[in-house]
Amino acid sequence: MQKDNLKPYDFMTFNNQIYKSMKILVCISNVPDTTTKITFTNDNTQFNTSGVQFIVNPYDEIALSRAIELCEGGKGTVTVINVGEVATEPTIRKALAIGADDAVRINAAPRDAYFTAYQIAEYAKSNDFDMILCGRESIDYNGSQVAAMIGEFLDIPSISIIKKLDSDGSTATVEREIEGGKEIISVTGKFIASCAEGTAEPKIPNMRGIMSARTKPLQVVEAKEIAQLSKVQQFETPPPRGAVKLVPAEDPAKLIDLLHQEAKVI
Amino acid sequence: MSVLVYVEQVDGKFKKSVFEAVSYAKAIADKQSTNLTAISIGNVGENELKELGKYGASRVLNVSNDQLKNFVNQAYASVIAEAAKKENADVIVLSNSFSGKGLAPRIAVKLEAGLVDGAVELPQLDGGKFQVKKTAFSGKAFAITELTSAIKVIALNPNAFGTKENATDAAIEAFSPEVKSTDLAAIVKEVIRATNKISLPDAELVVSAGRGLKGPENWGMIEELASLLGAATACSKPVSDADWRPHEEHVGQTGIAISPNLYIAIGISGAIQHLAGVSSSKVIVVINKDPEAPFFKVADYGIVGDAFEVVPKLIEALKAHKG
Repeated sequence: MQKDNLKPYDFMTFNNQIYKSMKILVCISNVPDTTTKITFTNDNTQFNTSGVQFIVNPYDEIALSRAIELCEGGKGTVTVINVGEVATEPTIRKALAIGADDAVRINAAPRDAYFTAYQIAEYAKSNDFDMILCGRESIDYNGSQVAAMIGEFLDIPSISIIKKLDSDGSTATVEREIEGGKEIISVTGKFIASCAEGTAEPKIPNMRGIMSARTKPLQVVEAKEIAQLSKVQQFETPPPRGAVKLVPAEDPAKLIDLLHQEAKVI
Repeated sequence: MSVLVYVEQVDGKFKKSVFEAVSYAKAIADKQSTNLTAISIGNVGENELKELGKYGASRVLNVSNDQLKNFVNQAYASVIAEAAKKENADVIVLSNSFSGKGLAPRIAVKLEAGLVDGAVELPQLDGGKFQVKKTAFSGKAFAITELTSAIKVIALNPNAFGTKENATDAAIEAFSPEVKSTDLAAIVKEVIRATNKISLPDAELVVSAGRGLKGPENWGMIEELASLLGAATACSKPVSDADWRPHEEHVGQTGIAISPNLYIAIGISGAIQHLAGVSSSKVIVVINKDPEAPFFKVADYGIVGDAFEVVPKLIEALKAHKG
C-alpha cells in the first residue's frame, strides 16, 4: 500500500509494512443469560424480565472477539453499536471491557429486526466502516435477520453464518457454513458478516479492560422513524412432555421395539 | 396476488426441506385462493424441476445463468425480488436453511416486507390478520408474530411442516433477469461438501453424545449407531469446546437448534442451554448412567446405564432388528 495516497490518520505501520487502519463496527444485542428460564407476563404478550440477567448475545461476543483480534497491534479500531434503551448500557460497557474502543447506543427499544437494522445502517452510512460484524442470530428472538438487512440497506455484500474470517485490510476471506460443508468466499471492499462459533474464541474481559471500559466513549444517538412491519402478538411455551418410559439397561432391544412399533420413528 | 417459493438446489437437486417449503407455500396459496409459482436459480434439469409440481407448484421460473452457478446472497436476493414483482407475489416462502437465512432478510428489505424466520406452522388468517408461529428463545418458547406489511416473507424451519403431495403439472419457464455486477462482489472460491454425511440441520434422526463419552477416541460407537440408523451425529457444547467434535455438530442454545423426528442423547446431562436446542425434537431418547440427569425430565424414552455397555448392545439389537 502506498503511504502517499493516505491521510496521516488513515494508516499505521506494523512490522515495517504500511496498513490502512481498519474500522470495524460490531452490532451487539442485549439478551437474557443462557441459563434463563423463559416466562411471560401480561397474558403471555411480554417476556418476563423480572430477575433476569442480561448479557452480550453470545454470538455477538464471538464477532466482537474476532474484530478485536483483527485490529490487534493498532491495526484498526472497533466500535460496538446497540439499539436499546438506557438499560442496555451495562451490556455495552461489558463489550467495551472485552476490548472495543468506543460504543454507540441508538436510543430506542428495538421493535423488530427491520427497525434495528435500519438504525444501524443509518449510523453506518454517515461513518465510514470497512467491515460490519454481527452474531449469527440473537438468542432471544432468534432472528438471523439483522446482518443481511443491514447489508441490503447499505447495498453491500452480506455473508451469513461464518466460521472463519481473515482480512488483509482490503480483501477478506471468509468461510461460510452450509448444510454438510462450507464455502470459501472472497470479498473486496465493504461487507457485513454474521459470525458463528469457530470465528473466534470469546474473549473474557480482564481487570484492565473492566477499569478502562468506564471511561471509553459511549455516544447516544436518537433513532430514526421507519414503518413497523412485524409485531409479536403472543408467546407460547412448548407443551410439557409426558413421563419418560424407562427401558432396562440390559435390554436395549426393547428400546428398538418401542421406537419402531410405538413411536414409529425408525 | 400469488405465492412465490424459492427452491434452493444443491448440485442440481432439491432436498426434502425444499419440498416441505413448496408444500407449505401451496397450503398458503390454497388458503388465499391463488396460485403457487416456484423460482429456481442455478443449473437444474427439467426432470428435477418437474418434481416441484408434485407438491403443488403450477409454474416454475427457471433461472439458469453461469454467473449465478454459486450462491451469492446479494444477486440471488435481487433475482427472487424481481420474480416476486413480476409474479405480483404477496407471500414469499423460503427454507430457513443457511442460505435462506441470508436471503430472506435482503428480500424483505427490497420489498419492504415483514419477515418471519423460523416459522413452524401455517399462517393464521383470522380477522384479516396474518400471524405466523415461530421458534423463539432458542426453542424455549414460540412467538406468534403478526406481519402488517402488504408483502410477507416466511422462512420455514426444516422438518416442521412435512411434505404434502398435491400433483400438478408444473409449467417451466425460463426467467432471465439482469444481474448487476455490484451484486456479485462476494466471490465463492470453493465449495466443500461432505457427500457421505447426513447434514445435521436437515436430519430426521440424530445421535448425539456428550462428556459422558470421556474422549474423542470413543466416538466410534456413536458413529456406528448413527450410520446404522441413517442418522446425523451431534454433540453437546463441552464436547465441541474441547474440540472432541467440530463446532457444526454442537446443538444447543449457542450452537444450532434442531427438530428431528428422533434425538438420541448419550452421556449428556441436559443443561438448560442444551435442552433449548433440541426440545422441539419429536421423540427424545436419553441414555445416561445418572438417573437424576435433568435430560430424563424431557425424554420420551430412557435407559439408565453406562453408555459403554448400553450402546454396543443397542448396536447389536439394531443390527438384529434390521436383519
